[in-house]
Amino acid sequence: MAEQKKLSIIAFSGDFDKLTAVFTLGTGAAAVGYEVNIFFTFWGLDAIKQKQGRSFTGGNWLTKIFGFMMGGLKVTPTTRFNFLGAGPKIFRYLMKKNNVATLEELVEAAKALGINMYACEMAMHVLGLKKEDFIPEVKDVLGVASFLKLSDGGQTLFI
Amino acid sequence: MTFVKTKIELSKLNEGDILEVLLAEGEPLDNVPRNAKEQGYNVLSVEYVEGTTHRVTIKK
Repeated sequence: MAEQKKLSIIAFSGDFDKLTAVFTLGTGAAAVGYEVNIFFTFWGLDAIKQKQGRSFTGGNWLTKIFGFMMGGLKVTPTTRFNFLGAGPKIFRYLMKKNNVATLEELVEAAKALGINMYACEMAMHVLGLKKEDFIPEVKDVLGVASFLKLSDGGQTLFI
Repeated sequence: MTFVKTKIELSKLNEGDILEVLLAEGEPLDNVPRNAKEQGYNVLSVEYVEGTTHRVTIKK
C-alpha cells in the first residue's frame, strides 16, 4: 500500500453541530484506515474535559466562571437555532429518530478507533486547565509547531 | 456511521469469527461490503432481509 492516508482536524469550535462534524469526519476516516489526529483548541477543549457537566474548573476565579459556563458535551449550544438550549435537544431528538449517532456515541467511537487526540497548550494556559482536567484518551499537550509536524503529509481541516 | 460501528465490532472479534451486520439499503449497503473488503476482511454474503434492511456477513 502507498503511504498511510492521514487526516488532521483542528477542533476550534465547541458548538454541538460543529463538534458532531469533527467526530463524524474523524471516525469515518479512521474506520476506513486513515490515521486521524484531532487538535482541540479554545472552545474545542470543552469537548474533551473529564468532568462533563458544569463545574468550576480552572486556575483562577475568571477561568472558573468560564469552566462553569462551558459545561461539556451535554450542554453545548448549536451555532444557530439554539433557542436557549432547546436547539441541541431538538437536534438530538431528530438524530435519534433517524438512527444517526449521537455526539457522545461519536466520541466513544473515536476512542475505540484509536484516534489521536491532542489538547492545545496555549488555550489550556489561558483557560487555566491542566492535562488532568481532560479525558485520559488525550495523548498529549501540543503547540502549533508540533501539530504542524504531525499533520504534515496529510489533509488538515479547521472546524 | 454504519461502517464505523461495523469496524469497531470487527476489531473486538478474533480471527475466524463471523459478524452479521443488519443495515439499510443505499449508502450503508454500498459502503460496508466495499470497505470491509478493502480492509482485508472476508465478505461472505450480502442478503436482502425485508423492507429496506439487508444483512452483510463478514468473516475476520
